[in-house]
Amino acid sequence: MEAKNNSQFSIFNSQLPIVNCQSLSLAYGAVEALKGITFSVGKGEIFGLIGPDGAGKTSLFRILATLLLADSGSASMKGLDVVKDFKKIRRIIGYMPGRFSLYPDLSVEENLTFFATIFGTTIRENYDTIRDIYKQIEPFKTRRAGALSGGMKQKLALSCALIHKPEILILDEPTTGVDPVSRKEFWDILKTLKSQGITILVSTAYMDEAGLCDRVALIQQGSILTIDTPQGITAAYPHRLYAVSSADNYQLLNELRKNPEVRSAYIFGEALHVCFSGEPIFPEGVDFNEIAASVEDCFIEKLF
Amino acid sequence: MNNVIDVKQLTKRFGNFTAVDHISFEVAEGEIFGFLGANGAGKTTAIQMLCGISKPSEGNGTVAGYDILRENEKIKRNIGYMSQRFSLYEDLKVWENIRLFGGIYGLKDKEIAEKTDELLHRLNFEGEHNSLVRYLPLGWKQKLAFSVAILHTPKIVFLDEPTGGVDPIMRRQFWEMIFEAASRGITVFVTTHYMDEAEYCDRVSIMVDGRIDALDSPQTLKKRFRADTMNDVFHQLAKKAKRMEN
Repeated sequence: MEAKNNSQFSIFNSQLPIVNCQSLSLAYGAVEALKGITFSVGKGEIFGLIGPDGAGKTSLFRILATLLLADSGSASMKGLDVVKDFKKIRRIIGYMPGRFSLYPDLSVEENLTFFATIFGTTIRENYDTIRDIYKQIEPFKTRRAGALSGGMKQKLALSCALIHKPEILILDEPTTGVDPVSRKEFWDILKTLKSQGITILVSTAYMDEAGLCDRVALIQQGSILTIDTPQGITAAYPHRLYAVSSADNYQLLNELRKNPEVRSAYIFGEALHVCFSGEPIFPEGVDFNEIAASVEDCFIEKLF
Repeated sequence: MNNVIDVKQLTKRFGNFTAVDHISFEVAEGEIFGFLGANGAGKTTAIQMLCGISKPSEGNGTVAGYDILRENEKIKRNIGYMSQRFSLYEDLKVWENIRLFGGIYGLKDKEIAEKTDELLHRLNFEGEHNSLVRYLPLGWKQKLAFSVAILHTPKIVFLDEPTGGVDPIMRRQFWEMIFEAASRGITVFVTTHYMDEAEYCDRVSIMVDGRIDALDSPQTLKKRFRADTMNDVFHQLAKKAKRMEN
């Protein structure tokens, strides 16, 4: 049995997966939020769940955080069952929900002390784990959490999720609504946490963050479209993709869409990204060159 | 060319804190204007002044042809506004939302009826006439919200992070609606954290610590900052921020 499992998960350096989901399904009335989700995550991985709002990311993370029961399927965290062993799981995971969920009337320090106390520890005991993040908000430790800016709330929430030294961190859309510079800083923090051996599950609607994960699952309408390394996903893009531009890209887009040889054409930053059914044909006077697909191109292709 | 926004030295102070620090710029009719900046740079405060919701501490100017100091009620009636956080009433049906916003903007019943049909047809939403907005997928909500925000054909529409969390195809469809509105002469003033969307704007301003540190077309900005993408330009500028987010 052991050997079989090892070969199945050989990608994780012959370790058993620390997170394992089998056929998780969940419906809210007639709405199927999750339709048979299966994946596993190795220890120390940064695993990204990439998809738009309403894809099922929050439901999935709430099941793994033992806050929600699936209708069917099973899941385990470090070998512990999310239903039977929920109390044990809660001691080894840190969960940062998408919505700010700290106590707005408590100060920064009081919030952190509260979470430390619940887990039977103290800020001092685990200060090393949170130091890099917490030192940025420590000058404001007497301020009410409700009066913090968005970026500082996020850092406090992450500190609270880390205060009991969890082995697995679940971050639900930590960078939504965050500007590009602060997003980069946040991902730098995640890399540091990974280097301390923490396994990180993170969801995001920003496709460009996929490249910062070890592996990603693209998720849409409760189903996983694909799971791979970011490089694996982009390498599997099935078409030749061209960046095409002119002085008026919107006009060019409408022109290209009339051409039956054009399989898909859409705006993408300063150019249009275009695939052809047959041989590529470009209108007169446009700039074009063949490019490698990004994760966002792959996502669009899967939805197409 | 008429300017739909023309402001000079616009400033907002809260106590000792200068949230917006003497910004001056114009936006031309039919332009797609990207208003970028890091969290806490002062974008929201600036937009509130432009929309007539917040009185400037200093400076003056016009929006949609009305004076921002004295005619803010007229400004509110002649602009459209949509944000990711608030755009439609979730507990109202699709047609009820259209009816409500049409009424708020002073459209006549007959006009509202005509525009409702036209809008639902254009969006391919005829079947959702009676649906509660809360049950619509996010991408649909955002498209509907945008259509409702320009129902009264305002001179300018303010879009505050309209595409956050939307899937990549819907995000592009949303931008095609923006292009279409701009081609009809509606000026679009948009904020976003997606730097690829900055490339879709005719001109872009980047706020740092309450000031506008750069304002030009994406092409010119990329040349000036020797950057390949607007993302690079943004990082170069926003990293200079000294103001602690607070």
